[in-house]
Amino acid sequence: MFMIFGIPGPLLFGQLLLGLINGAFYALLSLGLAVIFGLLNIVNFAHGALFMMGAFCAWMLLEYLGIGYWWSLLLAPIIIGAFGILLEKTLISRLYKLDHLYGLLLTFGLAMVIEGLFRNQYGSSGLPYRIPPSLQGATDLGFMFMPNYRGWVVVAAAIVCFTTWALIERTRLGALLRAATENAPLVQSFGVNVPRMVTLTYGAGVGLAAFAGVLAAPIYSVNPNMGSNFIIVVFAVVVIGGMGSILGSIVTGFGLGVVEGLTKVFYPQASSTVIFVVMAIVLLIRPAGLFGRI
Amino acid sequence: MTPTGPSDRSMPRRAVLGGMAAVPVLAQAARAQGRPIKIGVLTDMSGPYRDFGGRTSEVCAKLAAGEFAGKGFAVEVIAADHQNKPDVGAGIARQWFDRDGVDVIVDNPNSGVALAVSAVAREKNKIFLACGPATTDLTGPQCTPNTLHWSYDTYMLARSTGGATVKMGGDSWYFLTADYAFGQQLQKDTSAFVVGSGGKVLGASPYPFPGTTDFSSFLLSAQASRAKVLGLANAGTDTINSIKQAAEFGLTKTMQIAALLMVINDVHAIGQETAQGLIMTESFYWDLNERTRAWTRRVVALSPTNWPNMCHAGVYSSCLHYLKTVAQMGAAEAQASGAATVARMKSMPTEDDCFGAGSIRADGRTLFPAYLFEVKKPSESKSEWDLYKLQATTPADEAWRPLAQGGCPLIKA
Amino acid sequence: MFGFSRSQSIGFVIMLALIATSPFVLYPVFLMKVLCVALFACAFNLLIGYVGLMSFGHAAFYGMGGYLTAHAAKEWGLTPELSILVGGAVGAVLGLLFAWLAIRRQGLYFAMITLALAQMVYFFCLEAPFTGGENGIQQVPRGNLFGIIPLGSDMNMYWTVAGIFIIGFLLLHRVVYSPFGQVLKAIRENEPRAISLGYRTDDYKQIAFVLSATLAGIAGGTKALVFGIATLTDVNFTTSGDVVLITLLGGLGTIFGPVVGALVVVSMENYLAQFGSWVTVTQGAIFVVCVLLFRRGVIGELGGLLKLSL
Repeated sequence: MFMIFGIPGPLLFGQLLLGLINGAFYALLSLGLAVIFGLLNIVNFAHGALFMMGAFCAWMLLEYLGIGYWWSLLLAPIIIGAFGILLEKTLISRLYKLDHLYGLLLTFGLAMVIEGLFRNQYGSSGLPYRIPPSLQGATDLGFMFMPNYRGWVVVAAAIVCFTTWALIERTRLGALLRAATENAPLVQSFGVNVPRMVTLTYGAGVGLAAFAGVLAAPIYSVNPNMGSNFIIVVFAVVVIGGMGSILGSIVTGFGLGVVEGLTKVFYPQASSTVIFVVMAIVLLIRPAGLFGRI
Repeated sequence: MTPTGPSDRSMPRRAVLGGMAAVPVLAQAARAQGRPIKIGVLTDMSGPYRDFGGRTSEVCAKLAAGEFAGKGFAVEVIAADHQNKPDVGAGIARQWFDRDGVDVIVDNPNSGVALAVSAVAREKNKIFLACGPATTDLTGPQCTPNTLHWSYDTYMLARSTGGATVKMGGDSWYFLTADYAFGQQLQKDTSAFVVGSGGKVLGASPYPFPGTTDFSSFLLSAQASRAKVLGLANAGTDTINSIKQAAEFGLTKTMQIAALLMVINDVHAIGQETAQGLIMTESFYWDLNERTRAWTRRVVALSPTNWPNMCHAGVYSSCLHYLKTVAQMGAAEAQASGAATVARMKSMPTEDDCFGAGSIRADGRTLFPAYLFEVKKPSESKSEWDLYKLQATTPADEAWRPLAQGGCPLIKA
Repeated sequence: MFGFSRSQSIGFVIMLALIATSPFVLYPVFLMKVLCVALFACAFNLLIGYVGLMSFGHAAFYGMGGYLTAHAAKEWGLTPELSILVGGAVGAVLGLLFAWLAIRRQGLYFAMITLALAQMVYFFCLEAPFTGGENGIQQVPRGNLFGIIPLGSDMNMYWTVAGIFIIGFLLLHRVVYSPFGQVLKAIRENEPRAISLGYRTDDYKQIAFVLSATLAGIAGGTKALVFGIATLTDVNFTTSGDVVLITLLGGLGTIFGPVVGALVVVSMENYLAQFGSWVTVTQGAIFVVCVLLFRRGVIGELGGLLKLSL
């Protein structure tokens, strides 16, 4: 067995791979946050709660309607996305003219309400959600035993991230979106319905969070606190990547997952904090984040 | 990082969650004659230990109280959720003792909270009957004349489960440890037994508690260590999740898993398919003998989805013993001084359906036998909760840390 | 001498009267908690209300103040007043460090970097041996004030806490209405303009930040002594969120706002306790309602109604 930094090579590879899986969730969540921040200038603190709702939605679809994993993967983002649109229409849209901080505070409050309601209803010890039969079992990769489901998570997240990036950077719709980020009145004067675009963008960002929630349900138990465990880290990812940068959030999401995975090998106690150390360092050197424009 | 939000503060939470309204009793009025004996069940109602203690603990306290109806003094039971936060727990204890006329607090899973409550009980000269917490510090350096420790502790678990595993050939260990007092102590105590019986400890992954739900990285490290045994120095939902994920990553095929603190409810939650063959230690099992079966029927009538474990049995047993003492001393005298009542409790042998005959040592440790169980194969079970096979029994005089090793200041005197 | 306007003087007298009479009616431990949280919120308000800096990491100062006070009282055997000063000193040192790292950032970035730093402090508290990890520092003795007055009795402790709160409150008020405070407000309104007028705004912000952190440390230390325990709860980021809620609810940039906010939020936690998670839901809903409808908070709206500056 060969060694790297005193750690057996297979272990290191294994941890890198697991880091990548966590990174997939960071990437999906921070992507949604970045899209929302880019266009709405809202720091969506409720993102974690909406992620949690996605997981619960999948659980409820199975429990009450008998709808399985694959349909949930499609339905949950739509249902939760619609809920997000409702939130945007009724509450968030009232704050666009105000300081960013009010958006943050409003969504912080929303997150408290949503998570409190779920905790009341379902307790906080978590509900089990089974891995779909077609993805059960594991594959021996030689250096580690890889559960098939986790492999699927990385692939699915990568596809969705790439598609979203391509949609925004490579299509006409994306071009309009980016233009509206720069100068909304100008785009509106070309006859584009900017408010509707904003609403749909929020819905899409929320849908991404819900999608990540469904992906997460079989791995982490479905739990009212599952979003809050993620949200702070995801914020750090967005800030490190550069607020509003799509590519930045994807790359940073996967990258930080790997960094975190490595920390778990060398100094496990620090695994939940290393990201904040990275964040502080990045902000000191590049205040606008790795991919942000100053 | 769980934003349970501003509700996580030290002032009492859910102080009246028990379903019985806790009518505030002013401290002065409290000294009036005929004040009811009030038992406060302080437990985890919503977190990782809610099946370990929780609602079923309250049921057990009420069963004990029910047996003393019409004995010349009234008994009330109230319950609250400590949320696994020492400051919340200490806040509730303070208010219960100061304002709500509570005489005794029972249960209390979570060692950190228990140590805080124990300190408050001593300051107010009330009583704390610890059934849920694991830490041996309660009868060691932090022992008080107001606290009794029931059910189990880390030493007894380490001795029984750790010792047995090494005997079966599991002589190299890797620990997965919840990184707080309880997990660290369990790891330390077990390591001592492993090393003492000729085994070795190859490493450990202390993980952040609470809040860790994905154990995969730590499991991978454990696998890479090539240890024969994976020691789980954790409890509750953490144990459940780590065993499930160990199965997912194929660890159950290559390593022996020793869940150092696991109770029947955890086995039930994991499912027999995954849990079969695991070994663990409890001081109580519902199917031990005719008395335990009869008692369990009474509990299950009120708590059908969560069967009693050693913590619940301890709540019943300790409340019963306390109320017996009160009946002997008279309610007013028993309420006057917690320390005096506890001293009287220590002088009497315990006797109940759950643990049979037992005794309480000067440092507050109750002495019962410890049983080593193995989880049955699904084919061996006759019913949903028919889960354990008894493998070994450590007698009461050997299972617990010797009095002299504890360092309890009460002993030197 | 403290620059009170007429209406503020009346408010201050009412507040003093309430502080003096309430322990005879209500549970003193509860009141002490209100006062500690109120001092914490007042300190926070100095930044968000008068400098326009939103710190999302104030729990670090509050919690670390608590830990160090507890440590000083328990391990070093210092008297309560010295222990609390130790807590304040820790707040100041940490505040200096935070300010040095964060002060040049604006708005959201400032909030995020303070959050990141506070998370690191949280990690430190979880791992450092002296904090006792998840168990916290327990059985902290209240000790004897100045070595003479035993604080074991709740009433003695209460008067001490009340004294600390009033001193902190007056100090903050004095700062806000001093020329220094005027510059802070100028920075809040238009920082480039303040710079062009020749003010070294970073220095001003830094001093305000350190002062706020110091008082937060003192508040946390006092709370640790009252309850005899210092735990991770107070360094958790939810505590940072709470103090924002309290200040926002009471009224940003009003001198009585944080006090009223603390009273409302702490009583809510106390008296709504039996409803379990509904406390969180209620607090979240209050956040939402405040942001949407009452951005000036209780005192701000009241002041607006009466056309007074409170």
